[in-house]
Amino acid sequence: MSPRGALVDGAVDVAPASLSLGSIGVVVGITAVQVGLTSPQAVWMSLTVYNGLTQAAMLGLMGSHAPAVVVAVAGALVNLRLVMYSASLAPHVERLSLRERVPAAYLLVDVVYAVSIVAFETGRTDEPVPYYLGAAITTWCCWQVGTVLGLSAGTVVPPGLHLEFAIPLLFVALLVPLLDERPSLVAAGVGGVVAVLAAGLPFDAGLVVGTGLGVGAGLLAERWWSS
Amino acid sequence: MVLVTTPLSVWLVVTAVGAVSFVYRLSFFLLFGWLDSVPHRVQRPLEFVGPSVIAALVLPAVLVQGGSVSVFTPELAAALVAAVVAWRTENVAATVAVGMVVLWTVGWLA
Repeated sequence: MSPRGALVDGAVDVAPASLSLGSIGVVVGITAVQVGLTSPQAVWMSLTVYNGLTQAAMLGLMGSHAPAVVVAVAGALVNLRLVMYSASLAPHVERLSLRERVPAAYLLVDVVYAVSIVAFETGRTDEPVPYYLGAAITTWCCWQVGTVLGLSAGTVVPPGLHLEFAIPLLFVALLVPLLDERPSLVAAGVGGVVAVLAAGLPFDAGLVVGTGLGVGAGLLAERWWSS
Repeated sequence: MVLVTTPLSVWLVVTAVGAVSFVYRLSFFLLFGWLDSVPHRVQRPLEFVGPSVIAALVLPAVLVQGGSVSVFTPELAAALVAAVVAWRTENVAATVAVGMVVLWTVGWLA
């Protein structure tokens, strides 16, 4: 397969997921306006953080007037899974030079990872780098266009519609598919319940405490069921 | 306590999380060769961070209203219906859309 063919294949394979991500981008853009971010701030966020789940988490916390440190810690926690994607894809980008790995890494997000790793492991493509770039550039464009559309729409949406609640709903949509194994369910259950019980703690500490205990509970549950 | 309401703090927080995210993304693209895969002891906890942190964000957002836990709210009804839609369809747009319609409907009836 030619590199150009692989680039097109990556773009085509990722298109449905990218378009769906673009619609999440619209929701995130609208929310950014409602939380009070200026357009340059929101665009900067989409360019640097570049991740739907993380941006939604940060905006949700900003909207509930969380301290800056909490927003930063939450963002860093929610995005941690990118380390796993990076590790999983690393063998396939080995032939890139160090300088080329920087833009390739910048473009790494959930849907690009999911589509690429399946294509590499099933042998759908023998040109991993162009395939990855085709998927990654398509997804990047959909996300940026989606958030900018949301920013424009956000200024005309009346506040009485409670569109800020789209963020918890987005989390529900993304959380449910992760609960496919019992240890994950335990991790989520403990994380969520602890966060609710600790809701009164200063500095929104419930989020970090809940996440930590949830991870611990997931590990214990895994050991329990595998023994 | 610094709230993220001043323009400077917004820029700082966003830039910091953007930088951390980039380090995550680049981590194994650079480390590969020295370290061929994520050590098992690191990988297992990482897999539970996702479900745990999302649940820790979503449950308080749905259940805690004005500092106390409330159960009979349009928000909880909307989240429960959205969870069923997410489970049956795994469609993000449908989940958010149905949840918002339930929120409006229940809020309007209540």
